[in-house]
Amino acid sequence: MSESSHAQRIGDVMLDMQNISLAFGGVKALTDISFNVREHEIRAIIGPNGAGKSSMLNVINGVYTPQQGAIQLRGQHFSRMNPRRAAEMGIARTFQNLALFKGMSVLDNIMTGRNLRMKCGLLAQALRWGPAEREEIAHREFVENIIDFLEIQAYRKVPVGRLPYGLQKRVDLGRALAMEPRLLLLDEPMAGMNIEEKQDMSRFILDVNDEFGTTIVLIEHDMGVVMDISDRVVVLDYGKKIGDGTPDEVRSNPDVIRAYLGVDGEAALAH
Amino acid sequence: MAQTRPQTAAVASGAHTFPALLREHARVRGERPAIREKDLGIWQTYTWREVATQAQRVAHGLAELGIRPGMHVAVIGENRPRLYVAMMATQALGAIPVPLYQDAVAQEMVYVLQDAEVSVAVVEDQEQVDKMLEVRAQCPALRHVVYDDPRGLRHYADPMLCAYEQLEQLGVQHAQRHPDYFERAVAAVQPHDPAAMFYTSGTTGRPKGVVLTHHALIDRARAVARMENLTDQEDVLAYLPPAWIGQNMFSYTQLLVSGFTVNHPESPETVSIDMRDIGPTYYFAPPRVLEGLLTHVTIRMEDAGLIKRRLYGACMRLARRVGTRILDGQPVGAWDRLLYRLGDLAIYGPLRNALGMSRVRVAYTAGEAIGPDLFVFYRSIGINLKQLYGSTETSVFVCVQPDGQVRDDTVGPPVPGVEIRVADNGEILVKSPGLFKEYYRNPEATREARDAEGWFHTGDAGYLDADGQLKIIDRAKDVGKLADGSLFAPKYLENKLKFFPYIKEAVAFGAGRDEVCAFVNIDLEAVGNWAERRGMPYAGYTDLAGKDAVYDLIRECVEQVNADLAGDERLAASQIARFLILHKELDPDDDELTRTRKVRRAFIAQKYAVLIDALYGGRERQYIETEVKYEDGRTGTISADLRICPARTFPAISAKAA
Repeated sequence: MSESSHAQRIGDVMLDMQNISLAFGGVKALTDISFNVREHEIRAIIGPNGAGKSSMLNVINGVYTPQQGAIQLRGQHFSRMNPRRAAEMGIARTFQNLALFKGMSVLDNIMTGRNLRMKCGLLAQALRWGPAEREEIAHREFVENIIDFLEIQAYRKVPVGRLPYGLQKRVDLGRALAMEPRLLLLDEPMAGMNIEEKQDMSRFILDVNDEFGTTIVLIEHDMGVVMDISDRVVVLDYGKKIGDGTPDEVRSNPDVIRAYLGVDGEAALAH
Repeated sequence: MAQTRPQTAAVASGAHTFPALLREHARVRGERPAIREKDLGIWQTYTWREVATQAQRVAHGLAELGIRPGMHVAVIGENRPRLYVAMMATQALGAIPVPLYQDAVAQEMVYVLQDAEVSVAVVEDQEQVDKMLEVRAQCPALRHVVYDDPRGLRHYADPMLCAYEQLEQLGVQHAQRHPDYFERAVAAVQPHDPAAMFYTSGTTGRPKGVVLTHHALIDRARAVARMENLTDQEDVLAYLPPAWIGQNMFSYTQLLVSGFTVNHPESPETVSIDMRDIGPTYYFAPPRVLEGLLTHVTIRMEDAGLIKRRLYGACMRLARRVGTRILDGQPVGAWDRLLYRLGDLAIYGPLRNALGMSRVRVAYTAGEAIGPDLFVFYRSIGINLKQLYGSTETSVFVCVQPDGQVRDDTVGPPVPGVEIRVADNGEILVKSPGLFKEYYRNPEATREARDAEGWFHTGDAGYLDADGQLKIIDRAKDVGKLADGSLFAPKYLENKLKFFPYIKEAVAFGAGRDEVCAFVNIDLEAVGNWAERRGMPYAGYTDLAGKDAVYDLIRECVEQVNADLAGDERLAASQIARFLILHKELDPDDDELTRTRKVRRAFIAQKYAVLIDALYGGRERQYIETEVKYEDGRTGTISADLRICPARTFPAISAKAA
């Protein structure tokens, strides 16, 4: 029942990556890659180490500028993106190696995600001037809803550095959510987690997609998790796209099997 | 009665049912907070008037769903204002709320839902909704499931489900069509009608539904309110399952009787934070919760700097020496008093604050035996922790320790209104206005538990000691007699041994014999730590358990228990004459313990018959080989040559110094 309603929600193409190529000096990170992301879907980018997954994500949110290719985001064309514009257009991301403020509390860390939406100036905020205070209260309420959503009420005032890794990942997700993103980029959200933490995180990702209708692009190593939660999967290997489709299609794609299992994998498959 | 304090809810009011009490509070203290809940980081308050209005609306809604007097409504979830309101609404209709443990799996709920023919369940969230949907085929009577928290339920389209807001809507419509329905329903509720039903887990057989009347619950709550001078100013934190009678009495019945404020934590993980926010004045915790808090404090202190650690150590020594005496109002020297005052500024006060117990006026512990060290810790830092005794069938309060008469090994004298008698086999019999009406649809069990003269057989063994306090020693079925006819309570001895951190499990034998002997399991972690600090190498449990130094350590513990027992006339004969340390840990996988880690004494006696013969045969060593099951299912054998160690016993002290 919920499966079909989810499928119905998937809408038009919101992000279209066209023939993207990216090189660092002589190293080709990405070669002529095209794929698109539809509204409300969960799209995964997978591939072995060094396949160019993180580079792809960095192209989407404007950290890297591709030498060739174009990006079309909600009908608008860009030959280059920059991080500020990406944020303003509703793209938020989490980081593989957590870029949280370790000494700040969970609450404050997530509050930083609201920064872009705060209208009052520094001085007004410092003086707790009327409108600034009202604004802060409104933002705080939004952040509290995220805390409730991610079930981290018990750690609200705890400095992030003191939390276990799995929870820090959740805070990182919370901060990205605070930006009210339309497109959420998750860079290995489950790296280094144990099974239970992975299950929790999978549930939160599905819930975000379901409750807020957020489109999600995620990079992940763990094939099992990816296949379980994503609608469509792009497979990269050595900077090239070798597969694209539903999890089932990708799983049975011989190129993908070869990339993951090596050449012997093909032989093994033939038996 | 005590009319001098206007805010005292313990005054004899005209209200004798829960709905009548609710209306009285709405009238008398309508603007006072009744329920608070922390939501999105902010405490939200519902006044008595609001709660009463909501309950009325929900009652109309439940009536619309077909709830009539005498029917059962299941309530499943954590402590949540809306679930409390649902219980009040159910009672207002003359129907009976049945709280279920929220962490039970769906199949465990089936029996209760069938037995009570539940047609409407009010549940907290998606988790509980899923359980209801899972068991619906087995429970044909179940027609409506009302949920509080809609999260994750967006795509559920089952017609059986109904959001809480929808229920309120139904209530509003029903109220328009039947304006005086609620009035008539409330007026029809009689004090001796059933007010709530609690299922007892029952270690054997099926759970039994304990039916308690309005009169029984309210009478006991009033008795204790008078005894402890509870007012409508109390703050209570409800954090244990509402399906447990202890929590339900404490945060629901007493809430409605005394008209105080109950606070619902944000989530189970935030309880300690919420407790600091609220600073409850009236507190209830089973020993395991108190133990958890103490462990937390101890760990934090061990991480502190040297000066702080020293100061803490010194203050706690002083507190142990004089703290409880000061709390009990006994004479203490002026110098010690001054030192204690300073300690209060430096350590005890901040510690109480960190525990969220700064404002605690009355605190209870119950449910299981509490270790004396644990109990004294809380009392010595100035928290008025007391013990009580009761069960579901007795509306909790049978015995409560009054201020100034608190001891660690008794549970207090009977609460006014309660009569206690000790049967010939040592079983405690209770007569009380708070006794249950019956086991639901189980007249046979009811007859078994409550005899023709109205005595309830608690199943616990104990006795009233010299100053009238009840002492619980064991389950009645486990209590035996030594060969000379004196009382033998194995669990009491085992608990006493287990209060030592070095002893993990103990099994006492002696029924029908002329003296008591015991098996001991050392606590590998505690004793291992102890051994490391002494630079004593060991290869594992079996090796460590066989060391002479460890035997000496355990012998000291046993002798301390013996010295303690010597002070008790009835139990002096139960002093442990000889013991041995088992070569392996008792394990549920080997069927030596139950899954809840209770020792299976009879099984152990049979399995280790050789060792028992050796203990009573006066031998010094005994060789044994035991088969063990490893966690992966393989089996192996452990063999050892066990030493049998005699322990010093003490002559009975007949006249007690206390």
